Amino acid sequence: MHELSIVTSVVQSTEEEVKKINGTSVKEIYLEIGKLSGVEMSSFLYVWPQCIKNTSLEHAELIINEPEGKAICAECGTAFDINAFFDSCPNCNSPFKNITQGKEMKIKKLIIQ
Amino acid sequence: MCTTCGCSSDENGVKYTKLDVHEHTHDGHHHHDHDHEHHHHDHDHSHGHSHSHSHDHGHHHHAHTHEISIVDLEKDILQKNQLTAERNRGYFEALNIFAINLVSSPGSGKTSLLEKTISDLKDEVEFSVIEGDQQTNNDAERIHMLNVPVVQINTGKGCHLDSDMIAKATKTLAPKSNSVLMIENVGNLVCPAMFDLGEAKRVVIISTTEGEDKPLKYPDMFYGSHICIINKIDLLPYLKFDLEKLKENAKKVNPHLQFFEVSATSGEGLEQWYDFLKQSLKQ
Repeated sequence: MHELSIVTSVVQSTEEEVKKINGTSVKEIYLEIGKLSGVEMSSFLYVWPQCIKNTSLEHAELIINEPEGKAICAECGTAFDINAFFDSCPNCNSPFKNITQGKEMKIKKLIIQ
Repeated sequence: MCTTCGCSSDENGVKYTKLDVHEHTHDGHHHHDHDHEHHHHDHDHSHGHSHSHSHDHGHHHHAHTHEISIVDLEKDILQKNQLTAERNRGYFEALNIFAINLVSSPGSGKTSLLEKTISDLKDEVEFSVIEGDQQTNNDAERIHMLNVPVVQINTGKGCHLDSDMIAKATKTLAPKSNSVLMIENVGNLVCPAMFDLGEAKRVVIISTTEGEDKPLKYPDMFYGSHICIINKIDLLPYLKFDLEKLKENAKKVNPHLQFFEVSATSGEGLEQWYDFLKQSLKQ
């Protein structure tokens, strides 16, 4: 259940930002959580309501973008989609690859009032 | 704060215990009732819109023009953990402390491997240990028997160690320069994967009594590790376990993994592991 730490971290960072500009509450929060980030979305959404209680995020709309996994083969340079770390290159079958998308875990944007 | 040795038990329920020559039970620590009163912020909205709940709509003319700010944050969610991890790493590097983060499922033999490694090498190599468990000092006590400095972190309900815990534990531990720092993470093959502690190498341990497909089932951990130790190879004759298949699966997830095949019980294969540790300390 590392999702709890992750949500707590989101709340902390957001509270800091709200304080910085003397805001009162967050209207919208935009997150980017890649499919390969290791975050289990159902767990994340389960702990979210508990963690935002009595914080500036309490009434915020949560918008999550989940980028799909993408990689480039380190051997033959083929770009391909991956669903799991162990997917190998569809062209040359090599397991060596650079993951170019899908590991994101970011707070993209906050709309604060 | 414990008045006997200065180890602290902080507000998150995380407890740090340094096992010293003096034995003491931390009785006082358990009574923190955690009545976090800060949940009851009364918010006496002194800035105009005092919600009187009298529902006489129209009379109030809510004139508070709250400005809306858009903050393009682009900030990594675990940035704080990452920053502290890098600070830890810098500290370790400066003192030539070779820090390794040992991760595995519970029961794969992390503590046994630590005990064996330390007792075999302790005349040649200086060790210190950070033990992570949800509860009990049992593991730290096992290490303490070997007479090396050890701090137990009890994460309470937490399922992994993070870099801030390591920063705090390191202060208590005060590891010597030119030493090996072994950090035994909480037995869990999922959560610790995401948290960099500032280690030089992450070592995943799997034992022959587990399935060959574990790397495929828990790819995050194998993807994030540098070294894979396969433990309990002395049991191979009694098991239907395909060692090559395991390595093949692990390499599919992370082709860069370096393998050691050992038995902490019989001592088989440990020479290579020991050479690696000694070599890493010289670099």
